[in-house]
Amino acid sequence: MLSTPYEIQFGVKLIIMDKLLGSKKTIAIFVLPGVIFFTLMIFIPIIASVAFSFFEWDGIGKMQFIGFQNFRSLLQDNIDNYWISVKNTVIMALLTAGVQLPLAFILAVVLSEGIKGEGFFRTVYFTPVVVSSSVIGLLFLKIYNPDYGILNVILKHLGLESLTTAWLGNPKTALAALFFPIVWQYIGYHMLLLYAGIKSISPEIFESAKIDGAKLSTIVRKITLPMIAPMIEVCLTLGIIGSIKIFDLSIILTNNGEPLGATLVQAGLMYKQIFQYGMYGLGSATSILIIIQCLLVTVILQRIFKNTRI
Amino acid sequence: MLKKALIVFKYAVLSLIALIQIYPFIWMLLFSLKDNNEIFSGNVMGFPREIHWENYSFALQDGNTMKYFLNSVIVCSASIVLSLLISLMVAYAVSRMRWKYGKQLLTFFLLGIMIPGQAIILPIYITIHMIKIYNTLFSLILVYTAICLPTSIFVLSAYMQNLPRELEESSALDGANIYRIFFGIIVPVIKPAIATVVIFSFLTVWNEFMFAYILIGDSNLMTITVGLFAMQGKYFTNWGPIGAALVIASFPTIAIYLAINKNIQKSLIIGAVKG
Repeated sequence: MLSTPYEIQFGVKLIIMDKLLGSKKTIAIFVLPGVIFFTLMIFIPIIASVAFSFFEWDGIGKMQFIGFQNFRSLLQDNIDNYWISVKNTVIMALLTAGVQLPLAFILAVVLSEGIKGEGFFRTVYFTPVVVSSSVIGLLFLKIYNPDYGILNVILKHLGLESLTTAWLGNPKTALAALFFPIVWQYIGYHMLLLYAGIKSISPEIFESAKIDGAKLSTIVRKITLPMIAPMIEVCLTLGIIGSIKIFDLSIILTNNGEPLGATLVQAGLMYKQIFQYGMYGLGSATSILIIIQCLLVTVILQRIFKNTRI
Repeated sequence: MLKKALIVFKYAVLSLIALIQIYPFIWMLLFSLKDNNEIFSGNVMGFPREIHWENYSFALQDGNTMKYFLNSVIVCSASIVLSLLISLMVAYAVSRMRWKYGKQLLTFFLLGIMIPGQAIILPIYITIHMIKIYNTLFSLILVYTAICLPTSIFVLSAYMQNLPRELEESSALDGANIYRIFFGIIVPVIKPAIATVVIFSFLTVWNEFMFAYILIGDSNLMTITVGLFAMQGKYFTNWGPIGAALVIASFPTIAIYLAINKNIQKSLIIGAVKG
């Protein structure tokens, strides 16, 4: 059968493209550096962490297989005050969901209405997000300074001298003092994500609701919230996983758990177990519990938000 | 009347929050220019009576901030370039090349986005000791490159998927080989996605603390995040120089942010949603 010139050209094109984009050798060249890197630096270490968690090991001597004993020590025997670190994680997660996100949402709604100076406020609110947690930590160390920190100085100016305290040294205030900078720093991030979500809703929907005489509270409840549910899921996931992973500020602000273990967090506990107590197996078990929580949170939130997807 | 009052109230609240978000940085700038005498004698919040620039030279030299800064620049640029190159190639293979396992490979990499650094820190620490690169910038470069890969691959491949097929075809028919097509046509076309990835990686790496804290013990090799912490430990009663070091450390991110804040906001939205 004779082919038309067009068909021949088309066939040639297919062959050339197939050869170009289907060659096993080229694919290997493109993929291998990434695969090797990722396998060596991420994949195998994860497997290794899981494996370590079933052993008793000090990093030097012999490894002894002890099954789930490390997990039992943590979860049942509350070794190294594991449950205090979990309690602190839960408090931070609740702060994220109950304080940080609602505030961010209100800011996002107000700014998305297109008020004057919208860009300015957005830029300012977001600025702390780009600064490293170590700068934030050291800055708050100064802010909380009992004698010359602005917090106590402002309180004194307001005549509230009785409220001044050594914020990070006082076991009653240390946890709040540790968590406040985190809430403060990432409000702008959540605001921006929710703002982007709201802006992606077509303005006509809002307009027609307004024409129908809907109140702002109704609009927020019936339109805004359901429409940005996926973004809320992203924020909750990021915020709660962030709470589980807290490490930097705990090291910088409260010397990893001080005073008296009141501000202990899970990643900080893992650090102590591995690098201070030399308990590699136990520390790995703590890190595996951290991963499990992160995955659980992601999956549970996906389930919860499944029905809200349009 | 009521409406006007409401608007005033709205702006008052917005401005108050803006003040809370930005004042700590202004305060940092102010005390970086003061000496201890001034702070201890009661001028905690006001403008410096006398400007003490020498705090900055003290922070840069005696406080080692210059060294930390350069270490961060080296680690950052190397891991950004390396992770960008690797992820561009992987993204191209999974999104445009013709083979069966592209999707699966992408899923494999995406696992990395969900995994917290704590999950890999001990094995990495042990390996790095074993291959004798503990206390080197190289060890950090390896780790940071790996950390940046998953998000970069995801963003880049999502972007590449939407490019038209004809893009490669015309030059393929002209006889260009795959590398010419990749570097000459694809890479230039996806510049916006590359910008997003570079910004995201830069912020991740420049601000990273945990790995830098655990993998570097030598104070000559510390990156800025850990170096500042070390400096604070040494000079904690010396307010001015510490303030100066904090200003120096946050300057690049804040300056870049203010210069291209639309892009950065976009990058972080994409990074979060994809991640």
